[in-house]
Amino acid sequence: MIQHDVVIVGAGLAGMRCALEVCKDMDVGVLTKVYPSRSHSGAAQGGIAASLGNVESDSWEEHMYDTIKGGDFLNDQDAVEEYVKAAPNVIYELEHMGCIFSRTADGKIAQRSFGGHSKPRACFSADRTGHAILHALHEQLMKNSKSVKIYNEWYMHSLIVEDGRCNGVVVSNIQTGEVEVIQAKAVVFATGGYGRVYNITSNAFAGTADGGMAAFEAGIPLEDTEFVQFHPSGLYRQGILFSEAARGEGGYLLNGKGERFMEKYAPSRMELAPRDIVARAEQSEINAGRGVDGKDIIHLDLRHLGKDRIMERLPQIRQLGIDFIGVDCITDCLPIQPTAHYSMGGIPTDKYSHVILDEQGTRLNGFFAAGECACVSVHGGNRLGTNSLLDAVVFGERAGKSVLDYALNIDYADVNEGQEKARVLKKIEDVFQRDGSECYEDIRNEMKKIMMSHCGVFRDEEKLKVCIDTLKDLQERYKKGKVTDKGKLFNTEIYEIIELGNMLSMAQVIAFAALHRQESRGGHFRTDFPKRDDEKFLHHSMVYGSPDGMIVKKKPVVITKHQPAERTY
Amino acid sequence: MATFRIKRFNPEKQPEPYFEEFQLDIPAGATLLDCMNQIKWTLDGSLTYRMSCRSAICGSCAIKANGHAILACQRQGAHLVDNNDTVTLEPLGNMKPIKDLVVDFTPFWDKINKIKPYLEPKEAPPEKERLQSQEDFKLIDDSSTCIMCGACYSDCNVLEVDDNFLGPAALAKAQRFISDSRDSQTLERVKEISEPGGIWDCTHCGECVERCPKPARPFDRIKEVMTVALKEGVHNNNGARHALSFFNSVKRSGNLNENRIPVESMGFFNIPGLLSLLPIGLRMFLKGKVPPVIHHSIEEVDDVKRIFKELDK
Repeated sequence: MIQHDVVIVGAGLAGMRCALEVCKDMDVGVLTKVYPSRSHSGAAQGGIAASLGNVESDSWEEHMYDTIKGGDFLNDQDAVEEYVKAAPNVIYELEHMGCIFSRTADGKIAQRSFGGHSKPRACFSADRTGHAILHALHEQLMKNSKSVKIYNEWYMHSLIVEDGRCNGVVVSNIQTGEVEVIQAKAVVFATGGYGRVYNITSNAFAGTADGGMAAFEAGIPLEDTEFVQFHPSGLYRQGILFSEAARGEGGYLLNGKGERFMEKYAPSRMELAPRDIVARAEQSEINAGRGVDGKDIIHLDLRHLGKDRIMERLPQIRQLGIDFIGVDCITDCLPIQPTAHYSMGGIPTDKYSHVILDEQGTRLNGFFAAGECACVSVHGGNRLGTNSLLDAVVFGERAGKSVLDYALNIDYADVNEGQEKARVLKKIEDVFQRDGSECYEDIRNEMKKIMMSHCGVFRDEEKLKVCIDTLKDLQERYKKGKVTDKGKLFNTEIYEIIELGNMLSMAQVIAFAALHRQESRGGHFRTDFPKRDDEKFLHHSMVYGSPDGMIVKKKPVVITKHQPAERTY
Repeated sequence: MATFRIKRFNPEKQPEPYFEEFQLDIPAGATLLDCMNQIKWTLDGSLTYRMSCRSAICGSCAIKANGHAILACQRQGAHLVDNNDTVTLEPLGNMKPIKDLVVDFTPFWDKINKIKPYLEPKEAPPEKERLQSQEDFKLIDDSSTCIMCGACYSDCNVLEVDDNFLGPAALAKAQRFISDSRDSQTLERVKEISEPGGIWDCTHCGECVERCPKPARPFDRIKEVMTVALKEGVHNNNGARHALSFFNSVKRSGNLNENRIPVESMGFFNIPGLLSLLPIGLRMFLKGKVPPVIHHSIEEVDDVKRIFKELDK
């Protein structure tokens, strides 16, 4: 049995920032199913928010209000306040670690405008901010390699929870195929999102809800999963991201008639309205037959920015356009469409990153979560661009501090290694023994398509019910899938199958929560309930698994400074 | 219909690698990675490779296509088929294959670790950010785009014959700190990578620049470090002495003094080094390959001197 004081699952921004905190006083194991440098945080392009005021005067109060209004007033405001107040310092810390930032003329960290933010507060490194931070944190982990052991290409199967305490995880070494138990005094999940349940998504292949489902299976509820963010500028058909920075720098959105249609939807903020509003506007134009060439395409027009500005501020986006569709945005418009991008919901935590079990905030001892996999909730019903990198570093650091507080003075709990291993080995053996009459690829495609069409930008009761029935059917078919590779060595097929199982379950949780929220708020839009309904739904939803199926409970929203108001831009 | 000729290797089943062919209709707009997934998900689930982001930022899916390292997600499948409608896929070079297209990255990361890949700041941090000019940011902007995909390492011609070479990615990563105005260890870093296995072992073939899927362009970074090394007076190694001897010879005479260069590269007072040159010198003499003892300038040497004068300005 492997043993670490603390084990962190996930080596993106949240996981690595957490590790840097914990390794000051304890021994840490960091588990990633890829390599740290290949985590999906690195794909974040536009920036990380903080009210540094380097370009225009700014304050945490304004950042707080923008975040809450952007989240359609579902955010827990006590958490938001601490989060935006912490922002400037975590950015300075990143800079001190060596993170590379674009600079103003006087040498300070440069800042640009972003959707839903009333001030230019996105600190950035050209259009590869996530990449710059990811590598800076990875560099620091390499520096601290004595107290941090990184497990590259290991897969986490399940949590070990006993008597109200989390004591470790069951994992596989992907290269050797060996199943192992890691015993720990505390476990931190920083496992990212689950955009892969959708057909069009900006997410990496790794974003498959492994963390969320491991928690759910251990009896932990999932919070606000109906809130999935669709990013307005995914590359047509591929879904990969063209940063909102393109609009932050002044890019236009055009429909098939060449009109800047945002005029109709958000006249004061235009293309820089929050993502839920822009994505819905795009989808409305497409549904009304005003897509480019009548297809589900919107044009992102950067031509008026000129070559120099594009080359300086958006070089990677330009290269993506050239490589992936042969379009140079200096001379032509980029074809885009809404793409599933970010999960506002996830594993419920308090503002100290401690995972909670119910609406009263009862903690599960020894279990913490941070980053996209967690729901604090600082983003409410819709996250503003550049607030996610901030979430990952602020709560990554906080999780680290909380873990130290919790774990420094306790001992390991007993773990029944044989039993935990046997459970996972049986799960793998079950996959190998299936009759093979179904094709996983078909199941995966059908799941992604039904989630996109029936649980996507626009939803209604009828569609959601069809979606849930379809997913149940797919889950039955999943039990009969065909597996080709039964070896142990670097068997990527078996993990893809397990991931698909996680996604099928996660998709059902999303659709179930969406069905029960009979209102429209933030990223969740019901055409049969098109208005926000604060009387009935100003609360978080907590979905629990139970032997008779899922149930949903309410958790109150913490409101401190800002009463819900009408949300216009 | 295109043929994907893929190098398969699974030591659990058979010790030697072999090629297997798959037929696939490449859908319009499909990347090479899309094609590989199509093969894995519909034809053979055991086909093994790494992938993650699909947008050329994570570096997982680097493999060799038609003999050269690329990111599978960054290339259109249709652009890679040759005249026989065939694409050949192999694992990255210079690293040990584990299974099919997956290779062992351990030596790659060991070498990254060797160059102390983290900022060593000049002083305790200020309350806010350290200031850095836009010009200084530009010096490290390109090298910071490296995604550690291993494409340069795979196709590096030096690594093919010399395991000790740090390789393009690690040297580019070193430049990212050497040129960082916030770093305190510039000279120490330059000295360390001027040793054998470092910058001067690069043969300037430029292959890494060709293969780099990002603007990191490792050889350009290596050249920048060489410039810093010469400027900072880090001359006490064969590589720097060789470069200087080369430079001076051309400056003086317009061509290379091939008798002088090996001696100057070794160093005049490096007796054991000079002695080590003797056997090859003797063999050259016996074969009549020794250059003329008296070195002549080219006729237009004045033009060359004028060029150097211009450059000095």
